[in-house]
Amino acid sequence: MNDEVADYLPAVEKGLHLIPTQASSHAGQVDQLYYVLIAACAIILLVVVGMITWFGFRYRAGNEKADRSSRPSTRTENRVEIAVLAAMLGVFMVLFAWATTLYLNVYRGPEPAMTIDVVGKQWMWKVQHPDGTREINSLHVPADEVIQLRVTSQDVIHSFFVPAFRLKRDVVPGTEKMAWFEATEPGNYRLFCAEYCGSFHSRMLGKVVVMEKGDYQAWLTRQRSGGRLAAIGQQLFAAHGCSGCHKAQSGVRAPSLAGLYGRRVALEDGRVVMADDAYIRDSILQPKKQVVAGFEPLMPSFAGQLDEGDILPLIEYIKSLQPSGRNKEPVPMSQGVRP
Amino acid sequence: MTTIPSTTPKAKPDEQFDDLTQQRHADLMGMWLFLATELMLFGGVFTGFVVYRYAYPEAFAEAATHLDLVLGMLNTGLLVTSSLFMALSERAVGADRKRLTLLFLLITIGMGAVFLGIKGYEWHHEYSQGLMPILGLEFVYSGQHADRAQLFFNFYYAMTGLHAMHMGVGMIWLMVMVVFTLRWRDPPRLRRQFQISGLYWAFVDVMWIFIFTLLYLLRASS
Amino acid sequence: MSDDAASSRAPESYLTHGWRWRDWLLTTDHKRVAWLYTVSITGFFFLGGIAALLIRLELMTPQGDLVSADIYNQLFTIHGVVMVWFFLIPSIPNTLGNFLLPLMIGAKDLAFPRLNLLSWYIYTLGGIFTMAAVITSGVDTGWTFYTPLSTQFTDTAVIAAIAGVFVVGFSSILTGINFIVTTHKMRAPGLTWFRLPLFVWANYATSLVMVLATPVLSATLLLLIMERLLGIGIFDPRLGGDPILFQHLFWFYSHPAVYIMILPGMGVVSELITCFSRKTVFGYHGMALSILAISVFGFLVWGHHMFVAGQSLYAGIMFSLFSFLVALPSAIKTFNWTATLYKGRLIFASPMIYALSFIGLFTIGGFTGIFLASLAVDIHVHDTYFVVAHFHYIMVGSMVTAYLGGLHFWWPKMTGRLYPEVWAKVASLALFIGFNLTFFPQYLLGYAGMPRRYQTYPEDFQILHAMSSLGAGVLAIGYLLPLGYLLWSLRWGARAPADPWRAAGLEWRTGSPPPPHNFLKPQTVSGPPYDYDTLDNPQGEAR
Repeated sequence: MNDEVADYLPAVEKGLHLIPTQASSHAGQVDQLYYVLIAACAIILLVVVGMITWFGFRYRAGNEKADRSSRPSTRTENRVEIAVLAAMLGVFMVLFAWATTLYLNVYRGPEPAMTIDVVGKQWMWKVQHPDGTREINSLHVPADEVIQLRVTSQDVIHSFFVPAFRLKRDVVPGTEKMAWFEATEPGNYRLFCAEYCGSFHSRMLGKVVVMEKGDYQAWLTRQRSGGRLAAIGQQLFAAHGCSGCHKAQSGVRAPSLAGLYGRRVALEDGRVVMADDAYIRDSILQPKKQVVAGFEPLMPSFAGQLDEGDILPLIEYIKSLQPSGRNKEPVPMSQGVRP
Repeated sequence: MTTIPSTTPKAKPDEQFDDLTQQRHADLMGMWLFLATELMLFGGVFTGFVVYRYAYPEAFAEAATHLDLVLGMLNTGLLVTSSLFMALSERAVGADRKRLTLLFLLITIGMGAVFLGIKGYEWHHEYSQGLMPILGLEFVYSGQHADRAQLFFNFYYAMTGLHAMHMGVGMIWLMVMVVFTLRWRDPPRLRRQFQISGLYWAFVDVMWIFIFTLLYLLRASS
Repeated sequence: MSDDAASSRAPESYLTHGWRWRDWLLTTDHKRVAWLYTVSITGFFFLGGIAALLIRLELMTPQGDLVSADIYNQLFTIHGVVMVWFFLIPSIPNTLGNFLLPLMIGAKDLAFPRLNLLSWYIYTLGGIFTMAAVITSGVDTGWTFYTPLSTQFTDTAVIAAIAGVFVVGFSSILTGINFIVTTHKMRAPGLTWFRLPLFVWANYATSLVMVLATPVLSATLLLLIMERLLGIGIFDPRLGGDPILFQHLFWFYSHPAVYIMILPGMGVVSELITCFSRKTVFGYHGMALSILAISVFGFLVWGHHMFVAGQSLYAGIMFSLFSFLVALPSAIKTFNWTATLYKGRLIFASPMIYALSFIGLFTIGGFTGIFLASLAVDIHVHDTYFVVAHFHYIMVGSMVTAYLGGLHFWWPKMTGRLYPEVWAKVASLALFIGFNLTFFPQYLLGYAGMPRRYQTYPEDFQILHAMSSLGAGVLAIGYLLPLGYLLWSLRWGARAPADPWRAAGLEWRTGSPPPPHNFLKPQTVSGPPYDYDTLDNPQGEAR
């Protein structure tokens, strides 16, 4: 594992940059704020150290020449305190407003051109593009496009961190979080996991490759062996033997999935549930929980065999199995997939 | 507190205090602060519950219907009554009535024991229905949102368990007070101790009322 | 006072009062309990320090070549658990505070001396138990025990470690209750609230935070233990539980805990600066109130640990605002300490050097807190070495410096001996230089993008890591030197007079070391604190 890291990282970025490369539209703005903060900090430090030095020299115990008469009264002290308080409050509020505006830009981003799914797991990053192209530990994106990342985790909390974009987002199991960025400079950039995630946390690395739009399209075409998301789902559906039972002509009795998505389903125990994303997901991972009326609970759980990155394409595939001529409106999710 | 002079000579404060009044004030303040920490302890768990109650209102309301409201109310009544007897025993010790004190104290302990008995019966009942998703036991649930309901029952056991633990501590404490009452030495000290025990018992009572409201009463109408 | 004459008539004091095992291990004298704490805390400090040195050695090179990845993770877990739970939180309150609080308010002891001893037993046994669990089973969750890593993805003795931390929490609670009641009920006649030394104010505010925040941590850890032990999945995402809720509950305690660590340090520095400026503190009321303000605002900022974890945007903005506001009282305090020097009569004894180092390091550490409160910058530097540098400037640079300064200042009072001043000056400078060399490069590393808790890192960062590791060596000298000469002074140091610094405060009005019940006769107070003008000019000359 060591050698891999040693060989791999220098290829991503070279050289020590105290201010990392500004590779997103947002990076420069954050750096400006950072410079102002440094300046403010330096001024205050200079004042404090200057006062200590000057007073220390002037009012040292041996120096009887110093004028120690007419010390400030309590009233003067209070006034000075209030003045310092007001000045600091003013400075802080300006910084607060500035920083908050920038924050809203990243975390409540503009209309994205595309959404890319990122799934973290111990200890790798799995990426899936809108057309179904998948990659591991690397993320290819076009420059000058607003990209939305939809991040989630399969196991523990990770954090998706690209210093060159000044972007970080925790990747939390059980929820999907969004992050936005617009890359400006083509090139390779470091991708770190920033939230401690177990043994090989420091090796959960990757790279972000920013390409010109045309190059990105060409790259996608090269990668496109699996087709769209639903097509991947179809492959998985066959590969994991789902089609053996759920195909209409199959010998085993299993409910047909055609037109399932968005329909109400009557269960064996008398309940009726909505067949939404959560239902399909549960049915794959915990099939015994909700058995369709009139069927035996034969289906095994796929919890160990399929991972988070496989569920999404499967759901997409099942969604696509609509009887022709009938295009369902998307159905609202049932209560609480996101706490 | 001011009336009866002590019958025994040993009415001196501990050596770090100047006088008995200072010591009594210090002891009471210490107890109140301790109860504040207890409140924060329960408060942390309650906050967690309330967060989820808001996130999954239907599932939690439905899960609550699986609890036995009658037994819950019976227990609430028992505990409130026991607090009354605890308060009476404080009055009795203030009036230097040893046997009466003992009687009220034993009634309090007895009601606490019945409370725990009923609680244990409830737990057993839930266990036999498959509503005990702890220690890897299978969770059998007939309503919707089985996983959220499991979350509800997790909180149910965490909260009632924490409370039962406090009840246990309180009962042991009161039993120690029974011994002190039998000995009847240094009445001012005994009064102080009763006051502090009474505070603790009342606190445990109040916590139960919160738990009862959160778990039993916020239920879906069936 | 000549050495021989002094040693021939060793004065009656709490130290001469019995030296059998049970005289120490069953003592209820707050001064002896303070020593028990000092010994335990020093032990834990050096244990955590060894872990830190191993971490810095590993980070000399970008590859993982000294220890394995798992061992590295265990090392920083040990370092964090020990330093936070078993050193920083109890450090000043339980050693200096325990010793000085009753002395400073003219009391014979704390209100509940037996609870005080009990709290030491809970702390020490709990601490040893936790460390045994952490080290033997190799707990590798970090000191924050984040779920679901700690509940489902590690097979080490997390339960035992958490149970240990849970138990040690009771020691904090007992100390807190004890200090609050003592401050309220046992002050000497005439010692009104606004005549209290700032050190007492600081310990009082710290105790409030301990009492109100620690139980929430207990509740959180209890839920965590239940989750692992009983399979109750309160934070389990598979049931719809929210791992971020754990972080909220955890930081609701652990952020105020930062103020538990720093407030007593502020109290110490206020005492040192006034004494060695021979002058009352600038803006006493402002100082006392800002201590209270910090402890109150400290409860409203916990969410700034979750700016990138996905709490709601508006929660993030509110927490950011409060984080800016909590910096205001700290800014006032920094200004006031500096202004106290104005028109003083400054003596640069070693405690004063520690105190002035504190101001400098606290200014840097505090202002970089403003960087982190700024949402957009925090997104970039969150969970990087920038954060590591920031909190080490506060907790080590400021807190430990204040602790050492206070230890030197009150050492004559606690032991009746003087320490060698030259060595103390050398140590205080080594500390200052070593500290900055260790941690300043980490700010640069952080903004350059170096995440924390990394065993291996890109080669380009090596130069800064190497500087940091080098500084850690100097810093170690700064800590080992005092251990050496302070122990030396116990045996060979010159006898200290009752008030070697000519300092104000009731603790100096009794012998060094004090008698068993602190004062030979009851004390009364008739004037403001830090009245150095009257002290230095008893005849009442014009100043």
